Amino acid sequence: MSNPHRYLPHTEEDIKLMLDKCGAKTLDDLYADVPASLRLSKPYALPKAMSEPELYRFFGDIASDNREMAIFAGAGFYHHYTPAAIPAILSRSEFLTAYTPYQPEISQGTLQYIFEYQSMMCELTGMDVSNASMYDGATATAEAMIMAVNAARRKNRILMSATVAPEIQQVAATYAAGAGIKLDIIPENNGTTSKQAFEEMMSNGDVAGVIVSSPNYYGIIEDYSGYADVCHNNKALFIMNCHAATLATLKSPDEWGADIACGEAQSLGMPLNYGGPYLGYLCCKQQLMRKLPGRIVGATVDAEGRRSFVLTLQAREQHIRRQKATSNICSNQGMMTLHAAMYLSLMGTEGMKKVNRLSFEAAHALAAQLTATGKCNLKYADKPFLNEFVVEFIASTNTDNVLKALANENILGGVKLSDSTMLIAATEMCSPDDIARYVSIVKSL
Amino acid sequence: MNKKLYSPLIFELSHKGRNADALPHYEYSKDPIENLQQNLLRQADLTLPEVDEPTVVRHYTNSSNNNFGVDTGFYPLGSCTMKYNPKVNEAMVSHAKIANLHPAQPINTMQGALRLYHSLEKYLAEIGGMAEFTLNPFAGAHGEYTGLMVIRAYHQSRGDSARTRVIVPDSAHGTNPASAAMAGYEIVEVKSLSDGTINVDDLRSKLDNSIAAVMMTNPNTVGMFEKAIPTIADLVHSAGALLYYDGANLNPLLGVARPGDMGFDVMHINLHKTFSTPHGGGGPGAGPVGVRKGLEEFLPNPRVVENNDGSFDIHYSEGAFGRVSAWLGNFSVYIKALAYILTLGGEGLAKVGPLATLNANYIMHSLKDLYELPISGPCKHEFVFDGLRDKSTGVTTLHVAKALLDYGFHAPTIYFPLLFHESLMIEPTETETPETLDAFIEVMREIALKASAEPDKIKSAPYSTPISHPDEDEAALNPIVTYRQLCNNTI
Repeated sequence: MSNPHRYLPHTEEDIKLMLDKCGAKTLDDLYADVPASLRLSKPYALPKAMSEPELYRFFGDIASDNREMAIFAGAGFYHHYTPAAIPAILSRSEFLTAYTPYQPEISQGTLQYIFEYQSMMCELTGMDVSNASMYDGATATAEAMIMAVNAARRKNRILMSATVAPEIQQVAATYAAGAGIKLDIIPENNGTTSKQAFEEMMSNGDVAGVIVSSPNYYGIIEDYSGYADVCHNNKALFIMNCHAATLATLKSPDEWGADIACGEAQSLGMPLNYGGPYLGYLCCKQQLMRKLPGRIVGATVDAEGRRSFVLTLQAREQHIRRQKATSNICSNQGMMTLHAAMYLSLMGTEGMKKVNRLSFEAAHALAAQLTATGKCNLKYADKPFLNEFVVEFIASTNTDNVLKALANENILGGVKLSDSTMLIAATEMCSPDDIARYVSIVKSL
Repeated sequence: MNKKLYSPLIFELSHKGRNADALPHYEYSKDPIENLQQNLLRQADLTLPEVDEPTVVRHYTNSSNNNFGVDTGFYPLGSCTMKYNPKVNEAMVSHAKIANLHPAQPINTMQGALRLYHSLEKYLAEIGGMAEFTLNPFAGAHGEYTGLMVIRAYHQSRGDSARTRVIVPDSAHGTNPASAAMAGYEIVEVKSLSDGTINVDDLRSKLDNSIAAVMMTNPNTVGMFEKAIPTIADLVHSAGALLYYDGANLNPLLGVARPGDMGFDVMHINLHKTFSTPHGGGGPGAGPVGVRKGLEEFLPNPRVVENNDGSFDIHYSEGAFGRVSAWLGNFSVYIKALAYILTLGGEGLAKVGPLATLNANYIMHSLKDLYELPISGPCKHEFVFDGLRDKSTGVTTLHVAKALLDYGFHAPTIYFPLLFHESLMIEPTETETPETLDAFIEVMREIALKASAEPDKIKSAPYSTPISHPDEDEAALNPIVTYRQLCNNTI
């Protein structure tokens, strides 16, 4: 008699011999302690097993109900090229099928790439310490908020700029409600954080941390000169949420005087995958290291004095500290840190600057050509941007019509902000030809 | 393989001037990036590796050889359900063509992806005995947090603000109390009986109108089924609290029982445990959360809903407690879990639980003469030894775990649960052959015998791994966590 399924090796004979060893007659005997009233009363209402060819057909049907488009939408998630070497290495099952590296002797592969990832994130942000990842940019920012409150002790008020992405604001607000944190929003003024409002809100001295983003939700590169000083003079931490890829070109959180850097690292060539898996990063200055949530890898030596890597400072974590841990996080985004480390290795500093330059040029070419159609203006024309900007349509043109006309030609034109405004991003994945098509469609409306 | 050549850190393989980007050479415009205001641009040095592509590939390929995965060998890590990760699941991720789908795409271009989400959600609801699931949480602990926030919203919706505490058994996973604390709750611990199950009298005495929820794992972390669960559910509900199911140990219940039928109100499932998606060296996982009828409105936004005409939409519910993810979570993980469910089908899935339990009992019975079994009776998917029976040799659970590595086996979970001093927690999963189990048993017996004959030899293991025992105290005392810091030290 054969085994029941290719994943389940037990033949009837195997089961019989094994039950004998256990002093049981049937598999049911092993569940004698499960009250009969709780036992499954009927078979699962689930589909019948599919063969592999049937599975290919099933997921092929799923694929045919999705449409790939030329992507000019960003809003926090950017379509950058994924070098072919990355999926090839990520599919190595020595990496993919390993658990968290709790046994360092047989986990040096995982531990080493996390150490490399931490090093590279600290290079990009200018911070001293990085953890081994958070779930996504939104949860990383929420955890940064909690860190600030933990570091401040008796203060529980956090300020967040209105120019931070709305999803991040919502996730932070959710975490704030759970943790009893008072989260207040600093109003915006013409697309940027109102510095006057910020300074007024700081004046009570009850703020534990301030969170701003770069580039902000509208793609604007805000000038945060003086923010860190105001924060530090009021014993608050300055927290910057930055799109990881832009840090090769834009002023780093360290240069702005930030204490914590956090955000989404999907822009490091990670596939869009309809929302995930992405990569939340969280880095901080040395003095905050013991407040950092999540795993951290450190270097040490083995008994023979060879360099080796281990999970360290685990006394911060839930499996040791339980309810007193810095966070409940256990599983993180593991493989995505390998992706980030490989991407940054392949690109190097020059490649990172190049991808920023290409994205900048693509976005600025598109912005110039779109405004030249006479159908729209740049909403924040006097504000600098890297690869994302807001247009405001003129007269009868409205966002829904534009998005629809573009979608008909398989172009994802951007993200609707209002009936008359739209957020548009460009990367090196948008060819000059894609841009020309985009512009001609808008022109024809 | 020349280990020395490619195994240093990627930074140490750097050579000035090298680069491996694969970017296009488009000419877009003459608007140079240097026109940005100087004070917005990075002035600080940025030291990333400068390497060619073959070097990167050799570096990480060599590095992968220093790792141990489920595909390498037996991985009996308790509470982690290290089952085989089917290859076809990975193939389906590229076949489903989601790589280039942006979260902002119009709904009519995303119907396949939304159908996939919805199908998996419905199948999990059937398996869990729940009314509805959200797949959005990224991991098990994130699911716990989400579930507790659902519970919080439920009590708030009833104007019941006095419930500020959550009960957690002393045998619980560390994430339970940590998640409850993040959701703003105080923790009340209940004791376990000597058979590892919850002390119902202790629970009863701690239940009052300050309790928002009781979190339980069933089977619990010592692998025992909480057979008093009907009584417990009644007690919890009579006190006005809700019962939370930590799905980390769901695997042995496949085909046997459903948390919803046991009286659990809210639960999470670790797709990277029971539903075979790879652990990826720590992630990405997924921690879908299910709720019984009546609690659906509190699930987090955004939601995937089915329209009357069979199409799918994204919905934002006003009753939702909030949002735990920027979008719909670790989407590609759902493809793998759905492929697993479809590959086994309802009938195949129903065999998973009993075979996982059989494998665990088989190992337990084959080793209990040499290892201390503190709790007898049939275990479920896992069980805990309290170290070797012969404690006189000084060989501890840590030594046994390290000795196993030399024989090509991953170590079990050690020093958890906290109920015993020398916890050694073994979970074999259903995908292991009896031959593999026999080989493991033989090695475990050999280690136990050597512990008596040559204890010092066992205590110095492992001998054959890429590194020997690393100095973890030194790592914590003088943390070196980046390459930059490493350059200033002598390691």
